[in-house]
Amino acid sequence: MTPHLVLRVVTKILLSPIILFAFYVQFHGDFSPGGGFQAGVIFGVAVILYALVFGLDMAKKVFSPRIIQILMALGVMIYAGVGYVGLFMGGAFLDYNVLDPSNPVHGQHYGIMFVEMGVGITVSAVMVGIFYAFAGRNVEISDEDW
Amino acid sequence: MSAEFILGHYNYWIAIVLMMVGLYTVMSRSNLVKKLVGLNVFQTSVFMLYISMGKIKGGTAPIITPGEGVIYSNPLPHVLILTAIVVGVATMAVGLAIIVRIREAYGTIEENEILAIDHDLEFGKSTNA
Amino acid sequence: MTFFAEFDMSIFVDVVLLTFLLMAAFAIVVMRHLFSVVMVGGVYSLVSAAFFVNLDAVDVAFTEAAVGGGISTVLLLGGLMLTSRREKLPVTRRSVIPLLAAVVTGSALIYATFDMPDFEDPDSPANAYVGRDYMERTPREIDVPNVVTAVLASYRGFDTMGETAVVFTAGLGVLVLLGMGLRVAPATDKEEDGT
Repeated sequence: MTPHLVLRVVTKILLSPIILFAFYVQFHGDFSPGGGFQAGVIFGVAVILYALVFGLDMAKKVFSPRIIQILMALGVMIYAGVGYVGLFMGGAFLDYNVLDPSNPVHGQHYGIMFVEMGVGITVSAVMVGIFYAFAGRNVEISDEDW
Repeated sequence: MSAEFILGHYNYWIAIVLMMVGLYTVMSRSNLVKKLVGLNVFQTSVFMLYISMGKIKGGTAPIITPGEGVIYSNPLPHVLILTAIVVGVATMAVGLAIIVRIREAYGTIEENEILAIDHDLEFGKSTNA
Repeated sequence: MTFFAEFDMSIFVDVVLLTFLLMAAFAIVVMRHLFSVVMVGGVYSLVSAAFFVNLDAVDVAFTEAAVGGGISTVLLLGGLMLTSRREKLPVTRRSVIPLLAAVVTGSALIYATFDMPDFEDPDSPANAYVGRDYMERTPREIDVPNVVTAVLASYRGFDTMGETAVVFTAGLGVLVLLGMGLRVAPATDKEEDGT
């Protein structure tokens, strides 16, 4: 009987719905409570749960620290990139109306979608990265101190 | 001080009491992790104060539903507090990282012991230790 | 103003939740076992999320529950594991001055709230001008049902970009301070950064 058998089985069952829920919250942020921040936090929590139950090394094999570093910066660059695209297409920085010249309201929808995606990517990568930093540190206090 | 006045303001008063409890924890306790949790309590009670100002009587969540005559609560404080919550967790993460490094450098996270170690390092141990 | 003609259930829920919050806050001040303090801090965040739902702030409640009840608790427990478990009793107690400072600040703030408009007033300066304007302009210009997302991403897009940059900087700061285990540490006596 492997240790924490119930935890491992339940985590395996729950992990996919949690990630799916994170994507749902991200893309339904326009219609129900939600958006980039909440989705990023939920996705980060899914990875943290995996690392807590199956070990930090397994989690680092699936979501390697290099990828996390790249994703941290990628989200901010996507956000600023949307602003620059608006600049190149003739409007002001972060002006969404010019993203779709035929229909400004559609331009707003495009802008909000890409911007929230950038936010979600950065927030989830930062949460996972901070957890890796804390969990990978050598513990100096013995267990008898509890 | 009519009942109407109290009913119109008690939310703000209890938020202020919670703020002061958090502030007292930050000021008086010397354990660094406890100070951080007290700061968290302080921040959350400030959020409660702001959100209380945005509520409208008979209103509902500011998500536009098809239908006539629906009153919506003010969405502006919600936006500001959303930003504040995320910034709060960011500062807490950096604060915890600093506390971990302090622990590794000084061997303790009690503020008075850290100040005593610094004092000894700078002025040398006094005779009445 | 018919506050007593129709007994508003939300006021009752309000008072019960605020009582829970007060008890949790006092427990945090008094307890010395840091694990319990962190757990009660998580309870405080979750009850405040329920309080936000009662005040119609559903986006804020979602974020507070996820961030305060989830990430904050995990990070604090991780920090606890690396630092210490108990708060030590102080050798000399001088807690009169902090108590006095807190009481004086609290009384000054409560005195200031006497001038504030009533709770739930639709014509208060906070609710009448920009908030109402955003509610009216959003269906016309952006056509997104969740007004909070529309304001966050479009009308106040610069603030959100700054906030994303703050989150990124926090991650950067923690990486600089603690490292993420990217390089394997060579066998030395001194402690090295980023290993």
